[in-house]
Amino acid sequence: MSEAKKYNAPVTNPETAPFWEAAKAGKFMIKRCTTCGEAHYFPRAICPFCFSDKTVWEESSGEATVYTYSLMRKSPTGPYAIAYVTLKEGPSLQTNIVDCDLETVKIGQKVKVVWKPTDGAPLPFFTPA
Amino acid sequence: MTIKGKAYIAGIYEHPTRHAPDKSTAQLHAEVAKGAIEDAGLTKDDIDGYFCAGDAPGGLWPMVDYLGLNTKKLRHVDSTETGGCSYLIHLGHAAEAIAAGKCSVALVTLAGKPRTGPMPPRASGAEADFELAYGATTHNAYGMCAMRHMHDYGTTSEQLAWIKVAASHHAQYNPHAMLKEVVTVEDVLNSPMISDPLHRMDCCVVTDGGGAMIVTTPEIAKSLKKPLVRLIGHGEAAKGPRGGKDLDLTYSAGVWSGPRAFEEAGVTPKDIKYASIYDSFTITVLMQLEDLGFCKKGEGGKFVADGNLISGVGKLPFNTDGGGLCSNHPVNRGGMTKILEAVRQLRGEAHPKVQVKNCDLAIAHGTGGLLGVRHAASTCILERA
Repeated sequence: MSEAKKYNAPVTNPETAPFWEAAKAGKFMIKRCTTCGEAHYFPRAICPFCFSDKTVWEESSGEATVYTYSLMRKSPTGPYAIAYVTLKEGPSLQTNIVDCDLETVKIGQKVKVVWKPTDGAPLPFFTPA
Repeated sequence: MTIKGKAYIAGIYEHPTRHAPDKSTAQLHAEVAKGAIEDAGLTKDDIDGYFCAGDAPGGLWPMVDYLGLNTKKLRHVDSTETGGCSYLIHLGHAAEAIAAGKCSVALVTLAGKPRTGPMPPRASGAEADFELAYGATTHNAYGMCAMRHMHDYGTTSEQLAWIKVAASHHAQYNPHAMLKEVVTVEDVLNSPMISDPLHRMDCCVVTDGGGAMIVTTPEIAKSLKKPLVRLIGHGEAAKGPRGGKDLDLTYSAGVWSGPRAFEEAGVTPKDIKYASIYDSFTITVLMQLEDLGFCKKGEGGKFVADGNLISGVGKLPFNTDGGGLCSNHPVNRGGMTKILEAVRQLRGEAHPKVQVKNCDLAIAHGTGGLLGVRHAASTCILERA
């Protein structure tokens, strides 16, 4: 099961380090551009929509809905559900749906962020809300 | 400036192997290069442009050296790497270079051995820390597209299966095809689920091998003996989640590359007699047919059903060599073989059982990367001259 997987620690870099520092405190951060108002994920220094450098960190609710998923059945580490989820704040992101019966995952399902440990900062996953 | 009619495909070669544990990857590149040069009726010393992608061992300069290309003549090189559609982009770029006078005989090669052993991992981008842990593979990335397409448009597994069925009808006539058996919709649905909703038979084959082509000027092409095939339109594009705004996995970058190519060619999807459509998975074909305008978005399922893609049966004969789904998907990259079968059709050299009558206009289209994550697309419109 995916729960038993060992995950590599994020490498991090100066642009994304604040995300991983917040992750250690259990906070799921997104970036928002104060010029155009759009939120985005994964975090960039320059807004991918209007190219302004006025982007600021914002804590996400961690609440999302499943946009799509696929249950990968042929994997040496066991089946896992890859998915895109759409955050309440707008941006969609790639993740795994974990800690549930994978056969019950559905498009439109409400999910929430859950953290999985690594040797460094934890990684965000999503689980049924 | 346009590339319309400025470049001809004068030589093609598809390696007959599907499993090559006894050969090196560089050797396969040399064998396909030799095949295409001989098909054109040219010699290695005529080559003054060389194009290769990420499958070339060591990249461009080591390949130029290994092949022994004449470096006193070689004056244009291009190592554009966009995964499986690299070679469709190479064709467009070769035409640009020829139109600009930067080269006159361009060689494009593809070869590799994923069936013999695992391929090196793809280099990751700025997204690495935010995505690698989630295990996106070709299977589940395309599975996510299919899942959402079914949700939004009611597309069914039966409809997707028809794409494999059509490919298998064509593959039975290709002596080199890896899978020659004709299959039914039921066979596809009964094959094991790999990554929902894609079954094993929704997936392409994994093959060793390769292919090559020679792209040249109108004057040189006309001096050679092969039937004349020219590029009249080309488009390229790329698509990704782009910060996660308005995510829509039900369309590909083909919605942009297709219209660019059709506009340059001055033709429409209705004019196309034969279509080579990238078929890493059945869903890849369905989405691209919609994106290219062969049917409306969401109606791909109905369009591909009931044998509509079978040569001699349906309205749009596709992948008459058996495609990646049944014949060959060398190096996990289907772009080259898409061009090669389109050229065979336009030359009248396809198998008689699948040759499209009066085939004077064809499309070769592909994507590279992962359709559900980040990908590029390229469209080529080819004409019998």
